[in-house]
Amino acid sequence: MKITEKPVAFYPEFARKSGPHKETTHYCPGCGHGNVHKMIAEAMVDLGINERTVFISPVGCSVFGYYYFDCGHMQAAHGRAPAVATGIKRANPEAIVIAYQGDGDLAAIGTAETLHAANRGENITVFFVNNAIYGMTGGQMAPTTLIGQKTATTPRGRIEAQHGNPIRMAEIIATLPATTYVERVAIGDSKHIMKARKAIRKALTNQVENRGYSFVEILSTCPTGWKMDGPDARDWLIEEMIKIFPLGVYKDEADHREGAWHRPVEPFVPAKRDAYLGADEAEAKAEKLSLPAELHCKFAGFGGQGVLTLGLFLAQVGMRADLHASWIPSYGPEMRGGTANCSVNLSERRIGSPLVDRPNLLVVMNQPSLEAFAGQVVEGGVVIVDTSVVENCPELPGRRVVRIPATGIADEVGTPKVANVVLLGAICAATGAFPLAFVEQSLRETVKKKDLVDLNLAALRRGYEHVRDAV
Amino acid sequence: MSRKFMKGNDAIVVGALQAGCRAYYGYPITPASEIAHAASQHFPALGGTFIQAESEVAAINMVYGTAGMGIRTMTASSSPGFSLKQEGLSYIAGAELPCVVVNVSRGGPGLGNIAPEQADYFQVTKGGGHGNYRLIALAPNCAQEMCDLTVLAFDLADTYRNPVCILADGFTGQMMEPVTVPLARPVPFDHTSWCVRGDAETHRNLISSIYLESEDLERHNLKLDEKYRRIARDEVRFEEYRVEDADLIVVAFGIVSRIVYSTVDQAREQGLKVGLLRPITLWPFPSARIAELAARDVRFLSAELSTGQMVEDVRLAVEGRAPVHFYGRCGGMVPGSEELLAEYGKILEGGRS
Ligand SMILES: Cc1ncc(C[n+]2csc(CCOP(=O)(O)OP(=O)(O)O)c2C)c(N)n1
Ligand code: SF4
Ligand SMILES: [Mg+2]
Repeated sequence: MKITEKPVAFYPEFARKSGPHKETTHYCPGCGHGNVHKMIAEAMVDLGINERTVFISPVGCSVFGYYYFDCGHMQAAHGRAPAVATGIKRANPEAIVIAYQGDGDLAAIGTAETLHAANRGENITVFFVNNAIYGMTGGQMAPTTLIGQKTATTPRGRIEAQHGNPIRMAEIIATLPATTYVERVAIGDSKHIMKARKAIRKALTNQVENRGYSFVEILSTCPTGWKMDGPDARDWLIEEMIKIFPLGVYKDEADHREGAWHRPVEPFVPAKRDAYLGADEAEAKAEKLSLPAELHCKFAGFGGQGVLTLGLFLAQVGMRADLHASWIPSYGPEMRGGTANCSVNLSERRIGSPLVDRPNLLVVMNQPSLEAFAGQVVEGGVVIVDTSVVENCPELPGRRVVRIPATGIADEVGTPKVANVVLLGAICAATGAFPLAFVEQSLRETVKKKDLVDLNLAALRRGYEHVRDAV
Repeated sequence: MSRKFMKGNDAIVVGALQAGCRAYYGYPITPASEIAHAASQHFPALGGTFIQAESEVAAINMVYGTAGMGIRTMTASSSPGFSLKQEGLSYIAGAELPCVVVNVSRGGPGLGNIAPEQADYFQVTKGGGHGNYRLIALAPNCAQEMCDLTVLAFDLADTYRNPVCILADGFTGQMMEPVTVPLARPVPFDHTSWCVRGDAETHRNLISSIYLESEDLERHNLKLDEKYRRIARDEVRFEEYRVEDADLIVVAFGIVSRIVYSTVDQAREQGLKVGLLRPITLWPFPSARIAELAARDVRFLSAELSTGQMVEDVRLAVEGRAPVHFYGRCGGMVPGSEELLAEYGKILEGGRS
């Protein structure tokens, strides 16, 4: 069909259209999409927004929306226009974003995207062209097809008990508090077109003024899909469709919302990110320490005893000493059986597997952990046991067992929560891997709550002394 | 430059921030959720965008919108969610939009479990969506690489206008290691010629993957193909350890490459000449290097957390000139070093007989 008196927001010639006829649209004669396009183009001209508009074409007969409007274009996957619109609008709130969608696109495959963009109150404009049919794919049932309406997939007409009922999107959208403006209009005759034109303009104005999400449902003709000629299609729209899809404003809160839905963003400023992440800080001076031996450690106990944090403390001590360090929480079948555990490796060389299946240092804070992991410790390895919790701690031939009532000591220091730090002190003394003063300094840097530093240092020293004096 | 002890998943976000990523869209899923947690913290704090989308489908389409504006953007998920992104990735590749997609993969098929697996190798490297397209796929194996390869991913995405996937696993995501935080630098790309920003300068541009005429679509496909050939020629990355004199070259990526690395020296102490070839780019795959190594008397072993996926690419590269073995665990089971050493022994003894 030919669009007469093109508004200037249309291209003078539809150069992106394939084939010889660059002056006519690709729509069938009597198709409603052309009318709706024209009204949108007029509104874009009147508001002076075409250069900053991004028009999202759906999948459906209007997939080629970009043939026509002199504005930026993105073509979206079937039903996903509201998500694409979100990605555009959030990245550049100054852009005017239009999601133009058919009934299959918006109310079937894209229902989730439609509802959630509306529910977030995206500051976008949605034009929903409801023609009660899948035009593009050859006239199948749409979610908006009327009861009794024959389509390619409802050859006997739509039946409630089989296919459900025509879905009323305007009514549904209007229930969502974050939406600003919801209206259903129609084309078909000049009286209805006048109202539709007003609604379209208002929906775009709302966005320009950052008033939030606007949704205009436009009842539209598809003579081809309906198997009717143009005049019959217009009559059917006005006589049958409007009965099922009542026209009117379902919601209008635009007056209270000027500017309210502007979501500003900032450009990328490298220096700001460096400062935020501390990337520009001079590196904390690492004192290079050498290890008597590589440490492959396992820390295990009940969840909540702080074994994961203990592993983390030790790994950070290693990092401070400029060693290679890795920490990884329990995995796979190991996660069962009442133990929370983690693996830590410290080495002067690059670390291969972060997983420790044969530890040379095992620290256990409960009985099941001792039973699960003691057998894995390599010969000559060290096993440190919190005897406040573990009652039965036998000798392990070829391994050095270090017993320390860590939770009890922690209690004396002030709280059982620092039992893991008592054990850190014990590790220090038992392995001789790090000087106590070095670990103290590391702890000062790692403990986040500064009022807890002294408590932690006391726990560390008690653990260290207990093992040193026992030797 | 400062060094921090951090989780692989957090290192991805740090890399993204320093690369100039401005918008993150995602849907929660274990074991990738920490990426969303960190993103929700940092992106808004820096004037960027974070949206918890209604689904992975929505998230990848939000990425499409932002990427279409020439703005750096990303999403992250784990296997079931990555499956849902395939439609969007096909559109993004078809429309030639740059973006980064992270898959911290887990056990499948179906709901599987939340433990680490590498069974998304096919989906990531062969094109999980429809049509002729490729993802550039990077496989980090430590926290530093989770950060650095994310930065690289954004650069590759912009260079080739193509989606880039970081294929990680639950281990590389959860593991904490020291990370040197790179300095941010301005994004050295100008996309004005094709992007749609919603401004006068770009308002004549079009983002689309539709080519109605067969001739046009074939031309578009050939153009993409030419691009993929260039990537395959110029962007292969891998790392080797003691392959020069190896009788057995183990090919492994991600967490498995770390385990294998540990076993190489141990194997040599037992008199087994083993080496490691670690693909860093899974696509493009280091086929040429493997072919070169296959020219001498050597065996290959593909070690994976799957029932055998990458091994097919090793075989294709070797073209029958050397034996190619496979060893895999899955469902969250990982091979221990003793298990691998036993396997090496079996293969090399078999080789002698
Ligand atoms: C994922 C996917 N499923 C199905 C299709 C096929 N398809 C194209 S358009 C369409 C329905 C279009 O109907 P509607 O949204 O009402 O638009 P209309 O053509 O009526 O304007 C369908 C099912 C597709 N392109 N993509
Ligand atoms: S099939 Fe229907 S909706 Fe599509 S162009 Fe023809 S009349 Fe319009
Ligand atoms: Mg329709």
